[in-house]
Amino acid sequence: MSATFTDAELARLRADFPILSRRVRHDAPLVYLDSGATSQKPRVVLDAERDFYEQHNAAVHRGAHLLAEEATDAYEGARETVARFIGAPAREVVFTRNGTDALNLVAYALSNASAPGALDGVDPELAARLTIGPGDEIVVTQMEHHANLVPWQELCRRTGATLRWVDVTDDGELDLAGLDAVLGEATKVLAFTHVSNVLGTLNDVPTIVAKARAVGALTVLDACQSVPHLPVDVTQLGVDLLAFTGHKLLGPSGVGVLWGRYELLEALPPYVTGGSMIELVRIESSTYAAPPQRFEAGVPMTAQAVGLAAACDYLSAIGMERVAAHDHDLVAHTLAELAKRPWVTVVGPTDPDRRVGAVSFTVDGVHPHDVGQILDDSGVAVRTGHHCAWPLHRFLRVVATTRVSFSVYTTIGEIDAFLAALDRVPAVFGLEAASA
Amino acid sequence: MDLYQELILDHSKRPQHAGLREPFDAQTHHVNTTCGDEVTLRVRLDPNAGTGPDAVVADVSYDAIGCSISVASASILAQEAIGHPLADVLGTYGAMKTMLTSRGQDPGDEEVVGDGVALAGVAKYPARVKCALLPWSALTDALARAGADVTAGPKPTTP
Repeated sequence: MSATFTDAELARLRADFPILSRRVRHDAPLVYLDSGATSQKPRVVLDAERDFYEQHNAAVHRGAHLLAEEATDAYEGARETVARFIGAPAREVVFTRNGTDALNLVAYALSNASAPGALDGVDPELAARLTIGPGDEIVVTQMEHHANLVPWQELCRRTGATLRWVDVTDDGELDLAGLDAVLGEATKVLAFTHVSNVLGTLNDVPTIVAKARAVGALTVLDACQSVPHLPVDVTQLGVDLLAFTGHKLLGPSGVGVLWGRYELLEALPPYVTGGSMIELVRIESSTYAAPPQRFEAGVPMTAQAVGLAAACDYLSAIGMERVAAHDHDLVAHTLAELAKRPWVTVVGPTDPDRRVGAVSFTVDGVHPHDVGQILDDSGVAVRTGHHCAWPLHRFLRVVATTRVSFSVYTTIGEIDAFLAALDRVPAVFGLEAASA
Repeated sequence: MDLYQELILDHSKRPQHAGLREPFDAQTHHVNTTCGDEVTLRVRLDPNAGTGPDAVVADVSYDAIGCSISVASASILAQEAIGHPLADVLGTYGAMKTMLTSRGQDPGDEEVVGDGVALAGVAKYPARVKCALLPWSALTDALARAGADVTAGPKPTTP
């Protein structure tokens, strides 16, 4: 485990994020513990976007002028930077609007692939893997964010395939024995998350991928909650497709990434069609450009991609090993402190080594919305609710949870400020005094 | 903090008229999609007063799963609606809605909204307004399904 930050290093790093010096309710300093919903942005990201608009703005991949060349270079340069950040070749990186869009792209491309004639010219064995219909099965898990669940429900509805799912154990881990029981010859896709946005669980991707490979299923990984916190190398994970979003990764909103093995991207038909994604257009029909352009119809989100590349450079300069070590410290401290409060119940693994990025919990007798309100009154920003993982909350038999989530700029002092605010909760709601 | 008035905590801990009862004319189920809070609400109109301008709300029963604000709001709603003329109930709804969406400008009139004034602090927290309005939207929906005219708009209430 790499060394984490010294206090001085962390203070310097925090100074890169203008919003962190804001004061909020009752002039309290902002304690932002909602980075799992969206991260704050360092000045270099904001500057990169502004510089693009002020100096190079033009529509990419078109226009016969200098600015169009510069804009195209900036956009394709951003692709190379983001690709390097995840250990992928640039041609396997598709820019999308966000993580949800990237996962929908896969689900729609697969149902488009299942239309008659859509895979003409594709290797028959690969074509068979990409064609989905009645009798086929799509497998998800109980811990998915809605973004990695609803698109697959819809894919099943369009194709007649059957949705199946894997449960979560009492420890908040994926039930791997259950996975063995669900996977079979009929499984066409296994879609699962790298890190649960509620439980914080870090899934054992290589083991899960090996099981899916054994039955010939495609693997789709939701990496929205892992890429911001861990070194992620797509070549080591072994998955076929991977999605993440920019705005949780210190980048701007409005840009996400789909990574896919080139042979898959090359075989898949497009999801959104129109300008920029074509090879040849005739009035009666068209052919498509090669990936990644095939999946980037219309003028892309150029400034956002440039901003995301700046965010990747920023994190690379820190080193993702150190980012991960820092996250581990934050998670371990939070778990240890919450464990001292018998009126708090944490969901998910108790072992900090099995977790990344977030800790969700309930307070006996107090609804999470009310917990969040008391925390907000002390300037502590958290998320409450089902965190877009409603089936998981039903499975855990709770209506909602309160979640604290971290980023590279989060401090142990902020977690202590959160705990101090949390300790006000029992008194406000007239519960048995909690002796922490 | 001023949001959690004693009155709200009392209503949320001991919700008035809680539970689902027979008989009822219509039942609705409303959900706050951001947090998963749910309210199931039943309404019974007085059969002798009809569904027209003289309609009277004979009973409101409910099962509310949610935060203290939404449960307290359901409790206050039942307290202010049961046994009251429909016109008065719609008047209370209108006054509650105005108060809750005023961003803190309208302190609420106790003569009209009763214990609902304790929810005035909610208006300063836009994210919580939905919590307080959830049972009210379930009620107006249930009244409409029961055949009452809820589009006529709230009428002035007589103290």
